[in-house]
Amino acid sequence: MFYFALRRLIQSIPVLIIVITATFFLVRAAPGGPFSAEKNVPPEVVKALEAQYKLDQPIWQQYTSYINDLIHGQFGPSFRYPGRTVNELIEAGLPVTAELALYAMLLAVFVGVSSGVYAGLRPNSIHDYLPMSLSMIGICVPSFLMGPLMVLFFGIYMEWLPISGWGNTPGDKILPTITLGLGYAAFISRLSRGGILEVMSKDYIRTARAKGLPARVIVFKHALRGGLIPVVAFLGPAFAGLLSGSFVVETIFQIPGLGRFYVQAAFNRDYTMILGTTIFFSTLIIMFNLLSDIVSVWLDPKLRDQYRHNK
Amino acid sequence: MVEAPKYEEKLSYRPKDLGGSLWSDGWIRLKKNKLAIASLCILGFLCVTAVLTPIIAPYGYEEQNLLLGAVPPSSDHWLGTDVFGRDMLTRIMYGSRISLAVGFIASGVALCIGVLWGSLAGYSGGRIDAFMMRIVDILYALPFMIFIILLMVIFGRNLLLLFLAIGAVEWLTMARIVRGQVLTIKQQDFIEAATSLGLSHWTIVRRHIIPNTLSPVIVYTTLTIPSVMLLEAFLSFLGLGIQPPQSSWGLLISYGVETMEEYPWLIFFPGLFLSITLFSLNFLGDGLRDALDPRASKD
Amino acid sequence: MDNLIKSWAWLLGLILITFLSIAGCTKGQSNVEEGNIEGILHWGNGTDPQELDPHVVTGVPEHHILSALLEGLVAKDPKTLLPIPAVAEEWSISADKKTYIFKIRKSALWSNGDSLTAHDFVWSWWRALQPKLGNQYAYMLFPIENAESFARGKITDFSRVGVKALSADLLEVKLSNPTPYFLQLLDHYSMFPVHKKTIEKFGKAHERGTLWTRPGNFVGNGPFILKEWHLFRSIVVEKNLNYWDLKKVKLNGIKFHPIENVTTEERMFRMGQLHKTASVPIDKVKAYQKNNPNLIKIHPYLGSYFYRFNTKIPHLNDKRVRKALAMSINRQQLTDRVTKGGETPAFTFTPPDTFGYSARAAFEFNPKMARDLMREAGYPNGEGFPVTELLYNTSEGHRKIAVAIQQMWKKNLGINITLSNQDWKVYLDSVNNGSYAIARAGWIGDYVDPNTFLNMWVTDGGNNRTGWSDPYYDDLISQQAPVSLNKFDRYTIMAKAEAVLLESMPIIPIYIYNSKSLVHPSVKGIEPNILNYVLYKNIRLDSTLIEKEVD
Repeated sequence: MFYFALRRLIQSIPVLIIVITATFFLVRAAPGGPFSAEKNVPPEVVKALEAQYKLDQPIWQQYTSYINDLIHGQFGPSFRYPGRTVNELIEAGLPVTAELALYAMLLAVFVGVSSGVYAGLRPNSIHDYLPMSLSMIGICVPSFLMGPLMVLFFGIYMEWLPISGWGNTPGDKILPTITLGLGYAAFISRLSRGGILEVMSKDYIRTARAKGLPARVIVFKHALRGGLIPVVAFLGPAFAGLLSGSFVVETIFQIPGLGRFYVQAAFNRDYTMILGTTIFFSTLIIMFNLLSDIVSVWLDPKLRDQYRHNK
Repeated sequence: MVEAPKYEEKLSYRPKDLGGSLWSDGWIRLKKNKLAIASLCILGFLCVTAVLTPIIAPYGYEEQNLLLGAVPPSSDHWLGTDVFGRDMLTRIMYGSRISLAVGFIASGVALCIGVLWGSLAGYSGGRIDAFMMRIVDILYALPFMIFIILLMVIFGRNLLLLFLAIGAVEWLTMARIVRGQVLTIKQQDFIEAATSLGLSHWTIVRRHIIPNTLSPVIVYTTLTIPSVMLLEAFLSFLGLGIQPPQSSWGLLISYGVETMEEYPWLIFFPGLFLSITLFSLNFLGDGLRDALDPRASKD
Repeated sequence: MDNLIKSWAWLLGLILITFLSIAGCTKGQSNVEEGNIEGILHWGNGTDPQELDPHVVTGVPEHHILSALLEGLVAKDPKTLLPIPAVAEEWSISADKKTYIFKIRKSALWSNGDSLTAHDFVWSWWRALQPKLGNQYAYMLFPIENAESFARGKITDFSRVGVKALSADLLEVKLSNPTPYFLQLLDHYSMFPVHKKTIEKFGKAHERGTLWTRPGNFVGNGPFILKEWHLFRSIVVEKNLNYWDLKKVKLNGIKFHPIENVTTEERMFRMGQLHKTASVPIDKVKAYQKNNPNLIKIHPYLGSYFYRFNTKIPHLNDKRVRKALAMSINRQQLTDRVTKGGETPAFTFTPPDTFGYSARAAFEFNPKMARDLMREAGYPNGEGFPVTELLYNTSEGHRKIAVAIQQMWKKNLGINITLSNQDWKVYLDSVNNGSYAIARAGWIGDYVDPNTFLNMWVTDGGNNRTGWSDPYYDDLISQQAPVSLNKFDRYTIMAKAEAVLLESMPIIPIYIYNSKSLVHPSVKGIEPNILNYVLYKNIRLDSTLIEKEVD
């Protein structure tokens, strides 16, 4: 188990290097530089700025000095916000996005698993069809449609909930969390339903039932562990999806999070910010995927055997 | 919506029954699923309308009526007009062309690459398989959304780049699924027979392996199309997808969001069409999966 | 099984109740109500400020904050925009209008108690002109003798630049030319004083982005000091007790909210979260004007929305074509139906009544004459006119205008235009490099004088970018106007230049900008003017006369 984890960890490193290098050169290749402005910038000023940000060095040199800084944990100064380093900006935006993603994930898992298991335990009844239809709505109505509609209804017509900001007014975290998490809740719901159905038809469940064990014990102690494997495996990609989904949700609700900064940095050609956020996100996603892989292998005895023998 | 698999039907799914019976069996099962059939009809209708749009659209695509401005649905304009006085029904119809095209074409790209890759990997086995799937694993770990955004911002928003970018993201899971299928099929007797007959590897792959992977591929493709359409809509919403003057449903929705309060029909109708299309594709995909592979009971 | 379900139902019910109770709590006191009691003004400030170093920033949101934290030699009267004393209590101008002597008031102090002297200004302007600093607004100081040479690195001895401290409270400034608008420039943040000791404590003078601008470090001489700076959330300033005119300052503090999305900002205003917004969504203007006219403030703004022609392109090199294109745009319809903000259609480049300067309108909306011109130029009914691309930077507003104009040109002239939009930075590069045919543009005047508009079009001017050149125009603007001592003569020269410009039409003026904002009735002291200039010490919050709540 340990070696499996270690090996996967080591395998992630080349991925990260590819990400860093690819982003570095892609961003430099983009048209439109960070210092273009409407009012004419005299060439001396441009030169001075480029010198300050080391843009006048040959690109290989810039690359190596960037990697060097990176190893020391420095993402460099932001181009758009001259007084701030990218580290500072990430520090400002990360807690917000992390909180949003966490709440959305919790919502998705809680609502998804409970509704999915609930549906799976009584297949082909109203208890099944209703949650599954609702979950279909959650999958098919995208967050950028659901969000504004909820804003319209809950925020503007009913005036129940605040519609922008994060942490400014009480309750302003509710709508963004729901908007982000609902789609994933729907998907997890279907996954758990499928998982539970599959597990419930297994022999060892039939044995447990024959033994006369109460329903709660059967479900919680035996069925869930096997039935939730697909859900756990999904958590890795779900996390990546939540991060990307945060771009849209943060834009709709004007939340000062990392996702929104990323999109803006891309538009503003803030090279260092783009690189910093990309690397940061990628590292998170890679780690989370890794974690999810490890946990699902640990949970599923079949996979565990497979890995023990093959790799 | 999934019927508990009946014992007889489980037996009927065997590779040697392929050719005639799987498809006709599948079709019969599909017909029983009313929801899937309804979805098929809706999709067919949308596709036909999309293709015929230049002929049947009530107004010109860019026909503005500045004096009119945005009006709610009326007998002249069934779905209302936008702030320029452009007919929404026409805009949605033209939007369907782009959205559906992106959906189908990008999925097609993903399909081709994924099937080829997966079947080659699975059939070759051993080192080549491990290598090819390692590449898939590496690519899978990359945060693609971030790269797509970066690409779109850097290289501008042109349609071709969008197809390629989206297709490049989606082929990975397809490859994995196909490879898994191929591994199972490879062990069947008839493949051994074909090899001993001296058929070239390529012929075996082409004529025997790939056709047998078709059922999960079809199912997965039907489920990829909606996620591709969602991806495109998502990008357009951020301002990174389709550019005007072309428009897709995603773009129409993003315009509608800005004026949601004053002109709610501008977000409602494009949203409705997008959702209905996604619904239909999902139900159809579910139905196909139940029809073609009744053992599968998870999503 | 049923027990399980029952327990889930209980749990869900509990959660629902929690949510709703949180929702109920949101109806607390709004920012506006609280602010009126505490004397804090809540100001919607658009984009998040890049920095708070006046020699590094370039935007309007930064200007609003810096005007609270710092003060220049001279300020402006919010009604008339004429110069009023600020740090300088009086000044004298020589007969040749090239030498100014400012008397700095003894009561002027920095926020940490240090005395503010003429030496501070000399040092600050030295820093602003430092080539290494990369100050994009250094050009505001160029009317000063040798300032431009110093900024370009041609001379390195700052004593040759025309600013000198005659004593601790006398500042002498020598200009290269009589510059009638010079006093206005002193109110721009690039000419504000900065505290030398603080800057040097945190780094070298030419270093960008050191820590001197953080709350607790920032030392300024304005009516407010920097209290809090929460990245992307808010900036809070509070009354500076060492400010020389403290008696006049009624506000206790200002909270600047960076809100980029105009729709969100308007909603926040409605919910009572802001006293004043930076802008108003276009589609809401008419509704406000009808239902709440006392809340919406619209007035002309010193800026021009126009299209540039790349005159190096063969078919655009013909001024008949350019004039035809200019004459076939129905500007009234544009501002009524598309921009809907009540903007003034523009038939001159310099906005009318710029401190008394009004150029003569040189053309009008006349599709028939436009068609005649096109025929003369060789494109009867638009036949043979090459498909031309119109470039604009990605924005809903610009797109709407471009689409409307595209249709007008098609309808009135029969020509085909394609539209292309690029992100802001890419668009700027394209225009700068001449990779465009027709491009949308906007220009806000830096000061109230026709020069800030007409100066752009001199041959090879950095802001020209059209390839248009006319030596007579250059002579009028660069040689004759600057040395003129008489306002009437000067304006006449400039009007002549503008006539030359409009006769050749390398640009198409479209409309004069409007400034639109929503202001809560409790805010008193904001006067409408074409620079959107606000004197914070004039503002007070008074909620006594408001009868009903904002709708």
